[in-house]
Parts: sequence; structure tokens; C-alpha cells
Amino acid sequence: MPKKVVKRKRAPKPKPAPEAAITAVPISVKVNGKTHSLTVEPRTLLVELIREKLDLTGTHVGCDTTYCGACTVLMNGAAVKSCTMFAVQADGAELLTVEGLEKDGQLHPIQKAFGDSYGLQCGYCTPGLMLSAFQLLSHNRQPSEKDIRKAIAGNTCRCTGYQNIFKAIQLAAQNVKGV
Amino acid sequence: MSSENNKKNWVGKPLPRKEEDRLLRGRGKFADDIKMREMLYLRFVRSPYAHARIVSIATSDAEAVAGVVCTLTGAEILPQVQPFIEIAPEPGGKIKDYPLAISKVRYQGEPVVAVIAESPGIADDAAELVQVEYEALDAVVDAEEALKDANILHEEAGTNRVWNGVFEYGDVEKAFSEAASVVHIDRLHFHRFSSTPLEANVVIAQWNPKDERIYYWCNNSFPSFAIQFLSAHLNVHIDRIRVETSDIGGSFGIKITSYPQMAVCALASKKAGGRPIKWVETRSEHNTSSAHGNERTFRDTRVALDKDGVITAIASRHIDDCGAYPRYEPLGCVIWSQVVPGVYRFKNTRIDFTQTVTNKCPVGPNRGYSRMQHLWFLERVVDICAHELGIPADEMRLRNYIRPEEFPYTTPNGCVYDSGNYPKMLQVAKGLIGWDEWKKKRAAARKQGRLIGMGIGTTLDSGTNNFGQSQIVNPGAPFSGNSQGANCKLDIYGEVVVAVGSCPQGQGHETTAAQVVADVLNIHPDLITVRTGFDTERNVHTGFSGTYASQFAVSGLSAVHGAAQKLKAEMKRLAAFVLETKEDDIEFGTGAQGPELRAKSTGKSINYWGLANIVNVNSAVLPVEMHDVTLNCRYIWRAPFKVPDKVKKYGNLTLTYASQLHIAVIEIDRDTFIPRILDYVAVDDCGTVINPAIVEGQVYGATAHGIGAALMESCVYDAVGNMLTSTFSDYTPITAVNMPKVKYGHIETPSPHSYSGAKGMGEGGAAPIHTISAALQDALFAEGIIVDDSFNNADSLFRAMVGKEIGQAAKLVTVERRP
Ligand code: FES
Ligand code: FES
Repeated sequence: MPKKVVKRKRAPKPKPAPEAAITAVPISVKVNGKTHSLTVEPRTLLVELIREKLDLTGTHVGCDTTYCGACTVLMNGAAVKSCTMFAVQADGAELLTVEGLEKDGQLHPIQKAFGDSYGLQCGYCTPGLMLSAFQLLSHNRQPSEKDIRKAIAGNTCRCTGYQNIFKAIQLAAQNVKGV
Repeated sequence: MSSENNKKNWVGKPLPRKEEDRLLRGRGKFADDIKMREMLYLRFVRSPYAHARIVSIATSDAEAVAGVVCTLTGAEILPQVQPFIEIAPEPGGKIKDYPLAISKVRYQGEPVVAVIAESPGIADDAAELVQVEYEALDAVVDAEEALKDANILHEEAGTNRVWNGVFEYGDVEKAFSEAASVVHIDRLHFHRFSSTPLEANVVIAQWNPKDERIYYWCNNSFPSFAIQFLSAHLNVHIDRIRVETSDIGGSFGIKITSYPQMAVCALASKKAGGRPIKWVETRSEHNTSSAHGNERTFRDTRVALDKDGVITAIASRHIDDCGAYPRYEPLGCVIWSQVVPGVYRFKNTRIDFTQTVTNKCPVGPNRGYSRMQHLWFLERVVDICAHELGIPADEMRLRNYIRPEEFPYTTPNGCVYDSGNYPKMLQVAKGLIGWDEWKKKRAAARKQGRLIGMGIGTTLDSGTNNFGQSQIVNPGAPFSGNSQGANCKLDIYGEVVVAVGSCPQGQGHETTAAQVVADVLNIHPDLITVRTGFDTERNVHTGFSGTYASQFAVSGLSAVHGAAQKLKAEMKRLAAFVLETKEDDIEFGTGAQGPELRAKSTGKSINYWGLANIVNVNSAVLPVEMHDVTLNCRYIWRAPFKVPDKVKKYGNLTLTYASQLHIAVIEIDRDTFIPRILDYVAVDDCGTVINPAIVEGQVYGATAHGIGAALMESCVYDAVGNMLTSTFSDYTPITAVNMPKVKYGHIETPSPHSYSGAKGMGEGGAAPIHTISAALQDALFAEGIIVDDSFNNADSLFRAMVGKEIGQAAKLVTVERRP
């Protein structure tokens, strides 16, 4: 039955050096107002630092390749995709993750607006979306729908069809004071 | 106190969701958030080939890496397991499906070896060192090619055909002989896509040597189905498998078939001495090897119509492609027949249905499962006939729709459509979009040479399956009916706690269950705790428990309602005893001491704490005749189904039929061929609504999935079975910039089949796919193009319009008019 027989071997790749030999790099990051000094492997992704080392599991991974924005955090005020950055690149930076949005137990207006507008279903995309919204509202208090669409173009949501997210960000724009 | 006289109805209100707070604060608990002592990490080595024989596997280099605990191969697990249950009879039933490839690989991405290490990074590195020698075989990626059996995937089955059956109802030949016209459509094709939940599959498994039980923390969305497969596969008593889920980042059916990976993780844990194993699927693993939706080809379709354009018969041959292993299939070979005539009145039909394996990712029940393919087919048929016969699209539908006064409507194969009003939905949708104005605009635009089309899609979202339909595909299948379990109790201090056997992924079950219980007990929903996620140990699951197939509003909430009623009856009995009055003197409400029961005659009351106290910690005061009062009430709801007639393939297969009607206006750019939605409306009817905000959210979500699938999302394979859309950058799930603004409309035809009048909903019946195909057809008919595929991006429109690769109308469609 098989007509064409191609033999192919997966070429063995050189063995990686054992873990201990990979130089751990000391870094210091301020996350949600708290400074952490720690060492990471050079290959550690920023999202791994956040989720695995700092145990801030509100930041998610959806695509691993900079498309979906589930991993979005703010770095020095700019939204970045933490799945596509190394932890060492955040050395000295100030990060804001979803856990840092609330203040004294009170929801941030963006969080509140997402809740009030039914802007989430499974909630997996929501942290990233709220941080993209945070970045938008920090420089544009009266975003048009087009501005909103552009600002969250890099955040995929598979549940809501985005309609209520547009509403949520519009509502947040009205309620946010001094992002 | 508030009493039943000023009773509030919580059902029907857009109550804020109970789930929100934790999710907004980043405190949701998703499977990947769980970390355990001694946890190990698993990485799969997967096949780069679509079809190949495994010549040899060498794992020693991988095992030598510091931090690698062990590896696992197919040969190693073979003596420990049974092949997974096959639902098909022979020949499909002969297929042997294992979670790691044994001697052959049958799709790109099939797991071949598992590497288990102390960290995910080490497992990744070591997986690269596993050497597998393959002897490549010809791959077959096309369903019709596969059925020629020149290239057989599963030698033990002897054919690629999994299942075949003819569904024939009415008098088809008579209808054709009497037809005023017969339309012949050579080939239509529904493409392969996946709703790709944002959170991929995650499994944590521990085969605990201390108690010889297997523990799972995962995001499988139909755990009671998974444990039935795993128990038989692993030779483990089903009670020894515990599955817990918590928050789940979407499933849309795709996470139903993660049980093979669950099996490997358990076996790996066993080999690693009982340490917990975590496997987190990457996006490209998910896209190549979790599950895709069914692809279907419709061949030699003949449509009989009378002189008014009323369809009297449809005959066709359908070929379903289930990928390399059937898994949940061949259930899809019958599930489409829940909607044999769609929303139309024709009575005569013959569908010859065949399913085949191909060298592609196995399919799973993707949102709209199996019905959407058929409904798309019917909508294409109706639409093509309308264009060919020169009948306006809206008029064609009105002539063919089942009429409002005909409900409950029995379809030719014995399904009972509970309620509906399709003409009214059409009217609402036309009003919202401004149908007549758009017709004028379209006429003006066409004069300028612009390609603008208006399309209607009407669809059904059938919910709460009769699993007896499995006997239509396999007379020996031991399944029928449907059920769901729930428990409602007063805990020791009087807290109301509800558990239900569903497994939600964003559908807000904690909220809607609380709304139902709040109405039964006449208390505020905030006073009710609904357990998150699924847990076999809660003892509220039946063999059908999970979240799939548009049913929670019916099966889940009926179970919750039943349990709450039982609890209410017990509370009433106990309160009457304590308050020394008759049961009908007792009313439920909230007083100064929280929720309570009160004797109307005396004004004396007892609160929930008081009742719970007696039953749980003060039981000596209970007289013997009250000893059956537990305030801990389990209720199993059963759907009122019968076993269908397997020979005639006749019977009621689903309890409720929610419907949706969408209209789209689309323009195709003449230079770039990019289709752009200019206006869009979605109207739904899911009977009585429990929570309008949740329903509206589900409609938007399903609409986005459908628009994405129609215009952007396709699982593309090349001729040798390489998957070309393994990342999101290639698969391009719909984003905020592509998603049009959706105008939303709603009608309610209460279902006589559920206690509340609600119908299951959420899958949406893929209305946008039908609608967009219809709108594109309207734009392109004058160009001589027939829309014959469910997927239409700029590239395929370019090929249709310039290359004329598809849509050779003259050949694809022929019309025979009889004098
Ligand atoms: S996980 Fe980072 S963009 Fe998707
Ligand atoms: S709410 Fe589920 S992905 Fe956005």
C-alpha cells in the first residue's frame, strides 16, 4: 500500500548544558508597587516570572506568540505582551498586573465597568483586556469606538464577541479619574 | 419581613454575575494556576508527519538530561491499557485508539512520546533529544479520496469508512416526479475550523499510590464522559477516578475530547511514583492536535420544488470527515438529524450519510456541533434555489418556513420542535437592519458597479440531547435519555449551598442557578452559594453531566429547581413541626434574623440557622417521623425521552429548539476582494429567558465565532497533511477590529418542554456562517458565482471571481423546469 517510502530521522540536537551551568541573572522588578529582587534564568519569559515566581496567576497565556494579549501587563505604563519578553528585559522596570488594579479592596473603575457591562464570560482574556484599556485611557479619556477597537486589537476574546467590551471601555472612560 | 406576597422574581432579570468579582480581580482559579508539591511537567514529542510508520524510538538521550524523571512511549503503555471505547459499530468500531502512537502516526501532531521532568523547561529541552525514526506513508487529507480506500489509516478496520447510513423519510421519488422544478447542486463544502478557546487544555493528574486513586485537576468540559472512557481504558474502577474542574477559559465543546491526554498524564504519574504531573498545552499543540470541528462535503444534492418555490423534497449524499480517530464520533453522524428539515416544512428527504477518517486532527464537538453543518447546507440549498428561481431571499423563506401555528411541530424523523416563530424573527430582524432602505442602497450601489449583498440565515440551536440517538449509529450502544443532578442543602449554620453537575466555562451557571433557587425559597440570590466547577466527589453528576450541547437552562436548571423544591418541602415540614402549625400556614421570606419561615397565623418564625441546627446538631428534638428530613436534597432530573426507532431512525432526539435569525449586508471590494460587513443584526429566541444579559452575551459570542469562521478562521492542511494554521497568527481568530457592531433583537416563544419555558442556548447554530454565505451569494450571483464553501476570505473570493476555481455556476448548479 505505501508507495512512497521516505526515511527520515530527526537529527539529534546538541545536548543542552545542565541547568546549573546556565548563569542565573539577578534582576529587580517592582510589581504592583512591591519590589522583588531575585535571580532568573536568561530564558525565563516575563510571563513565567509573573506567574511562576511571583505567583500572580491573574496574568494568562493564550497563544505564546504575541497575538492574543492574554498575557498583557503594563511595563512602565506601556502595555506589553509578557509571553514574548524575557524576564531580564524587565530588570529595573515597574510592572502593573491585574492584581494591582484594585485599591484597598475596591475595584478600579475599569474593573467595575467590565463587570457592570457584562464584558466578560470565562474571564480568561479579561486581565489583559483591562490593562490594554488602562493604557488607552491613560492617554485618551474620550476614546471613540474606533480608538477602542484599535487599542484592543491585540487582545483576543473568544467568548464575548467584543460588543460588551466596547461598552465596558466606554463606561470606564466616563468613570475613570486619573488613571 | 418580606413575604411570598411581595415575592420578587429573580429569574428573568439581568442579575450581575456571581463569577465576576474573582475574575475581575485576577483571582480566578484556572487549571494552570494550580501548583502542587513534587509536581512534574510533561511535554509531548509529536509526529511531524501526517501518516508514517514508526521504525524506532530512542529516548535514552532525553532520559540522560539532568532533571528528567522518565519518558513514556506507546509500546510501554500498551500492556497497561485497553484501547479507548469506540462508539461506532464495525467497521469504525474496529479502530484501536491509544493516547500515544503505537506503530503508526496518523496525523501531524499526534503524541508519540511523553517526557516528564522537574521543570517545563527541562521537559522541553529533553523532548528535543528524543529520536524517532519514521517511514513516511502517503497521507490522505481529502474525505472523498479517503473513501476510495487506496490508502488505509487503520489497517485493523480495513477501510477508512467509519460509518454509513441512509436517513429516508416521506416519499422522495413521488415528490421528485411531481416537482415543478428540480435543482441539482453538485458539491457544497463546509470547512474545518475550531472555536479555539483562549485557554488551551490543561491536565494535572496524580495516580496516588497511597490510596490507588487517580486525581485530576483539569479543564475537561464533559468530565462524566471522560471518566467513562478513562475507567475502561486504564482498567480502573470508575469510583477511583476523581475529576475536579474550577474556572475554565472557554471550551465550546473542544475540551470534551482531552481524555487521551488525561490518560497519559495518569500513566506518567504512576511511572513517576505517584508524583503529580502537569501538562499545559501550547497554542500550536492545541491548533494541530486537540480537536477541530467536523468538515463535511455535500454531494449530488437534488431539490424538488413546486410551482411556488416551495421545497417538497431534498435528496443528497453527505460525507463527514472526522480526522484520524473517531473519538466522540460517529455521534455526529446522527446528531445533525436533530434538525433534518431545519426551519422548513418539506417532508420528503433522503440523506445518505458517510463518515470517514483522514490524516488530520481528530474532530470534537465544536460549538454548533454537527447540526450547523447540516443547517448551513439547508440554508445554501434554500438560498441557491431562491436565486435560481428568481424568488427574493426573504420571500423564499416565508414560503418554506414552518408556520407559527404548527408548533409543537413534528419533523419527518419524529423530532418535536417545541415552539418558535420564524416569520416574526424575520420581521424583527428586517426592522432592525432597515431591510427596505438597504435594498434601495444596494440597488444604487450596484449601478455604480459595487458588489453588495444582503443575506438571511435562519438556524436552530437544538439543546438537551436524547442520547438514545447513539443507538441509531450503533444499535448496541448502551445510552439513551438525558439527565442532570443537583444538590441543594442548608449547611450546618443554615447557609444555602447548591451544587450541580455542570462544568461551566463562562456561561454564568453560578448566577442562573442562584436565581432559580432564590425564587423557590424567596430569598436574595446573594444568600446562595453555588459551588464553582465540577467535582465527581460532590455526587451530583450523572453519566451525562458536563457543559455541552446547549442545555444548562433546561437540564441543569431543572435539576437545581428540583433539588430546591425538595429542600423547600422539607424546610416547610420541619418549620410546621417547630412552629406547631400546618404546612400550608408556613411562608418563606426574610426577616430580622435573615432568611426564615413564618407561621402566618401566629407570626412566629424560625430562621435557616434554627432549622439547620435541629437537623444537624440538635437532632434529639426531632421526632422519629421527621428522621427522613435531611435538609440536604439531591435531585436527578430526567428528560422525558423514549428510545428512538433504530431501524426507521425515528424519534424525538432533542428537547428544545432555540432559534436565531441573522441578516448581514456585505460588500466585496472589487480590487482587494476583501469582504466587509456593512451592517449586521442577530435576533434570537430561546424561550423564556433566565438572565437576559447572559443570553445576549452568548448570542454575541456565538456570532463572533460564526463571523470568524465564515471569513477568517480555517484549519488549513496542505496536500501531504501539514497543518498550515498552527499558530494564532496563521489561524487569525476574529479580533475587535474585524468584529462588526451587532444589532441585537429578541423574541420569546416559551418552550412547553421545560418547567420554566426556557430553552437551552449558547451554541448559536452558526447563524453567521449561513448568513454570510447568503450575503456573498447575493453579491455574486449576477457574476455567475455560486457560493459553495462555508469559508470565504479575500483569497477564496479572488479565486472564485478571477480564477473561477469555484463557482462555475453552470456546472455546479443545474435547474430542470418541468412543464
Ligand atoms: S499569550 Fe502573550 S500574546 Fe498570547
Ligand atoms: S471572556 Fe472568555 S476569552 Fe474573553
